[in-house]
Amino acid sequence: MAPLSLTINGKHYSASVDPGTPILWVLRDTLGLTGTKFGCGMALCGACTIHLDGEAVRSCMTPVSEAVGKKITTIEGLSTDRSHPLQKAWMAQEVPQCGYCQSGQIMTAAALLQKKPHPTDEEIDAAMSGNICRCGTYLRIRAAIHQAAKGGAQ
Amino acid sequence: MSRSLLVTRRTMLKTGLAGAPALILGFYLPRNLFSASPTKSPTAKTSAVFSPNAWLRIDSRGGITLLVEPAEIGQGVRTSMPMLLAEELDADWTKIKIQQAPTKPDIYKHLGTGGSSSVRENYLPLRQAGAAARALLITAAAQTWKVEPSACHTADGAVVHSASKRRLTYGTLAEAASKLPAPDPKKISLKQPKDFRFLGKPVHRLDTPSKVDGSAKFGLDVKVPGMLYAVIARCPTFGGKAVKFDDSKAKAVAGVHAVVQINPVPSPANTAGGVAVVADSTWAAIKGRKALQIDWDRGENASENTASMRKQMAELAGKSPLYVARTVGDAASAISKAPKKIEAVYELPFQPHATMEPMNCTAHVEKDRVEIWAPTQSPDWIQGVVAGLVQLNHESVMVHETLSGGGFGRRYQTDYAVEAVQVSKAVGKPVKLLWTREDDMQHDFYRPASYHRLSAGLDHQNKLVGWSRRIMSTSIRQIFAPPEALKNPATVAAQELEGAVDVPYESPNLQVEYSAVKSGVPRAWWRSVACSFNSFAVESFIDELAAEAHLDPLDFRIKLLGGDRQLPNPRDKEDILDTRRLRGVLALAAEKSGWGKSLPQHWGRGIAAQYSFGSYISHVAEVEVKPDHTVQVHRVVTAVDCGSIINPDTIKAQMESAVIFGLTAAMTGEIEVENGAIKNGNFDDFPVVRMKQAPRRHEVYIVSSTEKPGGIGEPGVPPIAPALTNAIYAATGKRLRRLIIRPEDLKQA
Repeated sequence: MAPLSLTINGKHYSASVDPGTPILWVLRDTLGLTGTKFGCGMALCGACTIHLDGEAVRSCMTPVSEAVGKKITTIEGLSTDRSHPLQKAWMAQEVPQCGYCQSGQIMTAAALLQKKPHPTDEEIDAAMSGNICRCGTYLRIRAAIHQAAKGGAQ
Repeated sequence: MSRSLLVTRRTMLKTGLAGAPALILGFYLPRNLFSASPTKSPTAKTSAVFSPNAWLRIDSRGGITLLVEPAEIGQGVRTSMPMLLAEELDADWTKIKIQQAPTKPDIYKHLGTGGSSSVRENYLPLRQAGAAARALLITAAAQTWKVEPSACHTADGAVVHSASKRRLTYGTLAEAASKLPAPDPKKISLKQPKDFRFLGKPVHRLDTPSKVDGSAKFGLDVKVPGMLYAVIARCPTFGGKAVKFDDSKAKAVAGVHAVVQINPVPSPANTAGGVAVVADSTWAAIKGRKALQIDWDRGENASENTASMRKQMAELAGKSPLYVARTVGDAASAISKAPKKIEAVYELPFQPHATMEPMNCTAHVEKDRVEIWAPTQSPDWIQGVVAGLVQLNHESVMVHETLSGGGFGRRYQTDYAVEAVQVSKAVGKPVKLLWTREDDMQHDFYRPASYHRLSAGLDHQNKLVGWSRRIMSTSIRQIFAPPEALKNPATVAAQELEGAVDVPYESPNLQVEYSAVKSGVPRAWWRSVACSFNSFAVESFIDELAAEAHLDPLDFRIKLLGGDRQLPNPRDKEDILDTRRLRGVLALAAEKSGWGKSLPQHWGRGIAAQYSFGSYISHVAEVEVKPDHTVQVHRVVTAVDCGSIINPDTIKAQMESAVIFGLTAAMTGEIEVENGAIKNGNFDDFPVVRMKQAPRRHEVYIVSSTEKPGGIGEPGVPPIAPALTNAIYAATGKRLRRLIIRPEDLKQA
């Protein structure tokens, strides 16, 4: 297998994998970037959400070949010091419980704020309803997105 | 009672806390056994030798390390446990680190997280340990200054000589304190609640930062050198097995190393066995499994389905006699003579746990030792079951407990760890076993399916004169107890009765009967266990009685609860329900919800309350039933009386969590059995509540209390389903008695 050239969080990586492998498993198994989570394998839960050229995609069903030549951003690359407004708002609102789905929640929310810097409740619901949280942190997620949109004010 | 002692070097090394000079305290956490694991025998505490099972270390830099027992499954124990310690120790909160306790039987016993027990069991021992350490540090400082200990106080990780304001940090004092004799536990006094700095205040969770940047390590994130990846093809039906299989195509998949058959392992592991594909990546293993061709013998449960089980339960409900779990007076006669008689049947389906992180485990089996990394609520059970399986002693099996991406009771099981051990042993390498979502959905230990027939009689004053109940369910104990023990119907019923035999509404005549229904589907502990279904039946039926009596459902409940009474649970006399506190949460939730105030057309409010796991919870749900018969929950108001408060924000978070979790089980998802197999596979055919379906608002009110602390992870679940259906009744006059609620039932009802 010819190695694939990937740009992840601004860094260059080379991965010798089957080009049909979902990006999720390349990130996790091959490159050791385990912040992106496996939840369903069918793009139904959002735990594996990453950005491809700024667009939120479900990495569990996106073949790694589609990422070649594009910029991949994962939770590890959203900021290096938890300084992204969403990360700060997530901490202020104490959103996570088990925490497993939160990487995907934050990545989906980050893509939303890129497009709509001041989303309404309805816009948040529409954007975030592809992400499941079994701990039920939805109300705090919504509050945290509003807080981040307001530049940190609660 | 906590006792502390100075430990030998050998013991200290085993704790993993040894190192530079430090104050190390061992103390004892008494264990109120979680009844969930029948393989555990009740602990005999007869030994005269003090054997500590919890540990605390303060190093020369003032760093404090606490070995914590409970697993972090989202409920916040990695913050509440150190809060208990820090309060009495007067610690600098930023200096506290926690370390998961190791599975070393002679060092740390009875590891297990269940029954909403973490705070309840650790509340006093951890505070006593903190107070003991503080006493030693004060003595060390007093000796240094040559003053009386009583002339000193503590503040933020330091001892202060009150008169001269001289100050020594705990780090500076640690070595001197470690040379002092342990204080007499009887002489250690604890703080008064008015002096609390941490307890009762919202404290930011210590694990939150790691959960917003992807650095938190869950079970599935484990990587060990030389590790291979595996998935297992299991028979879709329970009790079936592979007769033969062709692995030639699987082995042809690039990256696949081996295909091995593993045997089912009986109770308590209850694994299905199957054919494992082992590869150099998860994806190769998944692809390899798809290429397997397996002939299954579908086994003796191949004809089971949901419809036939419901029929079986309805038939059993009409049969006499059943096992009588509790009887007071003569319920049948009282009901037959009552001027008003009411009867209703409620049904609830199997429910999966569907944790966001599916089951997984990494295992490395070597000749004379086994190492396991697992997201688990029960590392000691894994240790014991695996030790038996590979025929090694417990000490040769080490279990590393990772963070869990949700638990809800599922991770009390040992099945996935046993499978990982089998596969690692077969290939002679460390193996990470992944359950895909479909594996997880179809091979769970589900919340039992159940059927409840209730009848009651009211007199002319609308007083309850008789209460009779028949419960049919797929018994949990049948999965775990030996056949001999199951000859006793009380054993069969043991885990199905919580919230059924201890009903707080006053009736002079009462009967509760039980029968198990035959099923091959595995079932076990699901967040709040039997209360999750018993509360639905009781709190729905009470609402029906109120309607029959033409009384407001809140007023009717208050009236039935009667005066202030202390009701010991018939199955556990030490577990006492206080009707005053139950009435308190009902009244508080009602008041805050605006109970009785008008709502738009097709909207309704419903109330329900439940005592469980030492806590009192009442929810009021405010719902709208739309023209297409779908239901939107607009608002939930919760009142909580969980006794002494540790972290109020965690209590609030657990109520929010319980409501969403309970609403999925009431509104969106149910497990169906078809031809012996689970029909559901993923979140498309097992829909869960998503953000758009979540209540728009959820308010949580916590009763201020100095009572002993109650549990908080589970008790919010039981009352939400009846609050929902009672609200639907208020909105439409239609009573939904079968979960999950369906638009077609609302159309027809």
